[in-house]
Amino acid sequence: MLKNRGPARNPLMRIPILSVYRTDTGKKYAMAISGVVLLGFILGHMIGNLHVFEGAHGGEYRIDEYGEELRELGIQFFPRTLVLWAFIRIPLAVAFLIHIHSAYSLTRSNRAARQTRYQSPRNYLAADYASRTMRWSGIIVLLFLAWHLADLTIGVEAVNPDFVRGSVYHNLVSSLSRWPVWVLYVAAQLALAFHVWHGAWSLFQSLGLNHPRFNQFRPLFAHTFAVVVTGGFLAVPVAIALGIVA
Amino acid sequence: MDLTLRVWRQESPEAEGRFETYRAVDVQPDMSFLEMLDILNEKLLTSGFEPIAFDHDCREGICGSCGVMINGQAHGPQRNTATCQLHMREFSDGDTLVIEPWRATNFPIIRDLVVDRSPFDRIITAGGYISAPTGSAPEANLIPVPKETSDAAMDAAACIGCGACVAACPNGAAQLFTAAKVAHLNLLPQGGPERRSRVERMVETMEEYFGSCTNHGECESACPKGISLDNIALMNREYLLSKIRSR
Repeated sequence: MLKNRGPARNPLMRIPILSVYRTDTGKKYAMAISGVVLLGFILGHMIGNLHVFEGAHGGEYRIDEYGEELRELGIQFFPRTLVLWAFIRIPLAVAFLIHIHSAYSLTRSNRAARQTRYQSPRNYLAADYASRTMRWSGIIVLLFLAWHLADLTIGVEAVNPDFVRGSVYHNLVSSLSRWPVWVLYVAAQLALAFHVWHGAWSLFQSLGLNHPRFNQFRPLFAHTFAVVVTGGFLAVPVAIALGIVA
Repeated sequence: MDLTLRVWRQESPEAEGRFETYRAVDVQPDMSFLEMLDILNEKLLTSGFEPIAFDHDCREGICGSCGVMINGQAHGPQRNTATCQLHMREFSDGDTLVIEPWRATNFPIIRDLVVDRSPFDRIITAGGYISAPTGSAPEANLIPVPKETSDAAMDAAACIGCGACVAACPNGAAQLFTAAKVAHLNLLPQGGPERRSRVERMVETMEEYFGSCTNHGECESACPKGISLDNIALMNREYLLSKIRSR
């Protein structure tokens, strides 16, 4: 019952550095590196969100200005939104695709490794809720992402009828004032918290970053990261529910 | 103490298996788990039934032959203990024990609780050795090895290849076994010359048979020899470096 790993059919996979991705261990590296990119993104996104709490200056909401600043990155040299697309949006999309493809491929490999499951209940000692639900929390975050882009980035009519292009503050408050959307956002943040909790620790193992002197800080880093990011993200819906942001 | 045992019975690799229920009466707390099965088997034999097949050899926790799932845990409830070293004092009167063989696609069941663990031999054949000319051994003190390094290598070398890591892993992955063998050899100067080809060949052979690591840590808690997850990080690092440097 050997896994078939014949010569690469895809010519790209014959390029030495890309051929590492054909192995499961290589996919774990890809998973970890794309995970680092995505962790950087969610941290930046969370910090950016906090502009909501700065309110308005001279008739313009600070977060609306921040949104425009992102679109105008490098405006001195490049057309508007080019830098945003080339250095943020496209790399993020690539990281997402790699993260999802490696997860899919590794899941298939893992299923194949135990075709007949245990016939009696397992009694787990170390695997925690977060580590065993990575696939589910990942899928929840992915579905949420689709909604989130339609809701607040693209402004799809069916998802957010009150959407006004460029009015970040208005869109945010009008969207999160609908309770089913509010529940969706909070639930997705909790799924993300569990995903990050395991992922931010796991990436050190996958990349072989360990040393007796700093091993104890790896779970600490992961837990702190998950708590800070989730806390920051949840601050916005909580503030809207409490009427602090309106 | 009296126990109820639910044991996986399967006549052959192809046969349909099922759990059978047995009563184990008058079990002494000082018996080992395998002795308890021996006594049950004697009773089965004298009453004309087929005894339960299970793998065992040294019965002192160093050969790695024994190993079954007991109540959903590889090698049973006691940490750092192989099935043969598990004693019945870990259980109480009236307990029900569910005994199942290791489950992994490439650990096929041969009979009852016995599985074929030969993919581990394939991994060792791929690089779990040091090529050295035979002859008289060199003077040991000519090769200095730092204390920390030799400790880490010896801890990794404690692996007995029982397969509990694969059995316990939700992904059926053999990273802990392979990493222990890689670390044990790659940490020491004697293993240095072949470290890159060793890790590449062992990892790639492992991946032909087993799943991939998602860092649950189940293997580490199931391991009768307390092999650390740190070895897996070391193997991942060695593999990455060898892939970068050999090209």
